[in-house]
Amino acid sequence: MTFQGVGVNPGRVIATVKHMPEPLAEPPAGETLPAGTDPAEAIAGLKSAAAAVHDELKERATRAREDGKAVLEATALMAKDTMLLKAAGKLITAGTGVERAVWEAADGVAAQLKAVGGYMAERATDVLDVRARIVAQLRGVPAPGIPSSDTPFILLAEDLAPADTATLDTSVVLALATSGGGPQSHTAIIARSLGLPAVVAAAGIEAIAEGSEVYVDGAAGVVVDAPGDAEREAAAKWATSAATLASFDGTGTTADGHLVPLLANVGNAKDAEAAAALGAQGVGLFRTEFCFLERDTEPTVDEQAAAYRAVFAAFPGRKVVVRTLDAGADKPLPFLTDATEPNPALGVRGYRTDWTTPGVLERQLSAIAQATEDSEADVWVMAPMIATRPEAAHFAGLCAAAGLKTPGVMVEVPSVALTAGSVLQEVDFASLGTNDLTQYAMAADRMLGPLAGLNDPWQPAVLRLVQLTVEGAKAAGDKAVGVCGESAADPALAVVLTGLGVNTLSMTARSLAAVGTVLKSVSLPEAQELAALAVNAPTAAEGREAVRSRLPMLAELGL
Amino acid sequence: MPERKAVVASASGLHARPAALFAEAAGDLDVEVTIALDGTPEDEAMDASSILSLMTLGAGNGDTVVLRAEGPGADEALDKLAALVETDLDAV
Repeated sequence: MTFQGVGVNPGRVIATVKHMPEPLAEPPAGETLPAGTDPAEAIAGLKSAAAAVHDELKERATRAREDGKAVLEATALMAKDTMLLKAAGKLITAGTGVERAVWEAADGVAAQLKAVGGYMAERATDVLDVRARIVAQLRGVPAPGIPSSDTPFILLAEDLAPADTATLDTSVVLALATSGGGPQSHTAIIARSLGLPAVVAAAGIEAIAEGSEVYVDGAAGVVVDAPGDAEREAAAKWATSAATLASFDGTGTTADGHLVPLLANVGNAKDAEAAAALGAQGVGLFRTEFCFLERDTEPTVDEQAAAYRAVFAAFPGRKVVVRTLDAGADKPLPFLTDATEPNPALGVRGYRTDWTTPGVLERQLSAIAQATEDSEADVWVMAPMIATRPEAAHFAGLCAAAGLKTPGVMVEVPSVALTAGSVLQEVDFASLGTNDLTQYAMAADRMLGPLAGLNDPWQPAVLRLVQLTVEGAKAAGDKAVGVCGESAADPALAVVLTGLGVNTLSMTARSLAAVGTVLKSVSLPEAQELAALAVNAPTAAEGREAVRSRLPMLAELGL
Repeated sequence: MPERKAVVASASGLHARPAALFAEAAGDLDVEVTIALDGTPEDEAMDASSILSLMTLGAGNGDTVVLRAEGPGADEALDKLAALVETDLDAV
């Protein structure tokens, strides 16, 4: 049986499947011990469940690699920790139900760790993970999170959360398929960053039996239950072509020598070093949220500067485009955003947080300037969620005051694409964030599976907005236009964007080789022709098909 | 009650891996040992075999901690754990 979804990262593999367990429901507040239960017996039951969790984690630690080993050993100790179990025991003696007692006890411990701050605050997550495992053990259900396994498998889930990335072991998880989510969902982003073949929004896959063999094609977007010879052959072919797509020579160009620098999207120094090693010609999107997330207070200017400097150091003499803090919507920050907004995607987010909490942006710009001073990177700075020309002018003013030479704006709000010729008179460059641009142009939430069809960067309306941005940038004095959304990582779309006149493409570093290979196979006039086909197509699907049929190497390479 | 004072030698303090190694060693003993930062009241001392207690204790490199235990084997247990506190467990 074939399940059609949306392919979000290429690759063709066959393996047995494991389902992601259901998230664990919180034991209801006020849960009490059933009448007639002896608290001492209940506590003994909790201790034996905790011991079982301890033993399982300890056993996994013996098989884990160096990094994971220490974390698993520490987590195993937490499972039978006296501080946790004594606190739970007290609640049980006072009449609280066993599951609720361990739940609340862990909340208390996590709060104490958070209060200590720093490294300890990060460990609070481990305490909550242990708690979920103990409650699952008490209920006799599988532990939440990615299933552990000694043999490789394909993971089936409804959708994955960002936190699942940390525990996703790519030596055993070969591919991802989800019934929910869209092309811009967390699952898609995780799959691209880990280089895993993935299909999202494949309705019906939850019915596939655990342990059965399936075929996943992350380019065509299909999941096939009980694969046949054709699928086996395709998977074998992919295994060979994957090797040729493993390296990028460090020069993005069309067949006729039109240069399109291929840059990387990074979030921290580790990403930046990995991207440089994969041949990235610079950074087209440096997400600065990482040093702000999970913080209750704003990091100091010096702290920020040190973090930025570490990223700049990976690209001496190269361009690094820094995006200022993009808090709000799916990235809330306690000191900056209002969690009670009814519609956060249309709320105070990105650049707009400067209106409600002035000062944070100025301090960030001065930290960037400080890091730029003792770095050899060519640092550009852009603001997210700009909607009007006065906003662009204000941002450029702040950059100038901080001593930053190259200010720019993200194009995510359609209003800026429509008025690019005017807005870009205020700044030096534009960078299209196609994920948000698509979400706003199509009025479709990125995370919703049922809207995946609308949330497609191949939508002719979205490509038209790209075209208008390029035209506006030319009119405003040949200003540079880049794309830093996930669409740049789709080799066919990368050709279209190049044809539309985009100057640079920035993507997850793992996609550089595939995009570079395909781009090199077309000339600029061919790319322009393909771009016209896509913009003028009646639908996203027809545009994609028309372009793909003219790029036969995509099918050959399994892209 | 027998007690020992020891200065934390681990570079990262009694956190992370050092805390795990220390808690595990304390848990393997037959005696219950408590740990507190030097200068805090005795009744605020925490279970030395609890990794979570050690982590909330927040003992950094160079801090002095007080270990206490009672009953048969207390002295040997304290000597053993004090030696562990004074070892750089990050380097082990």
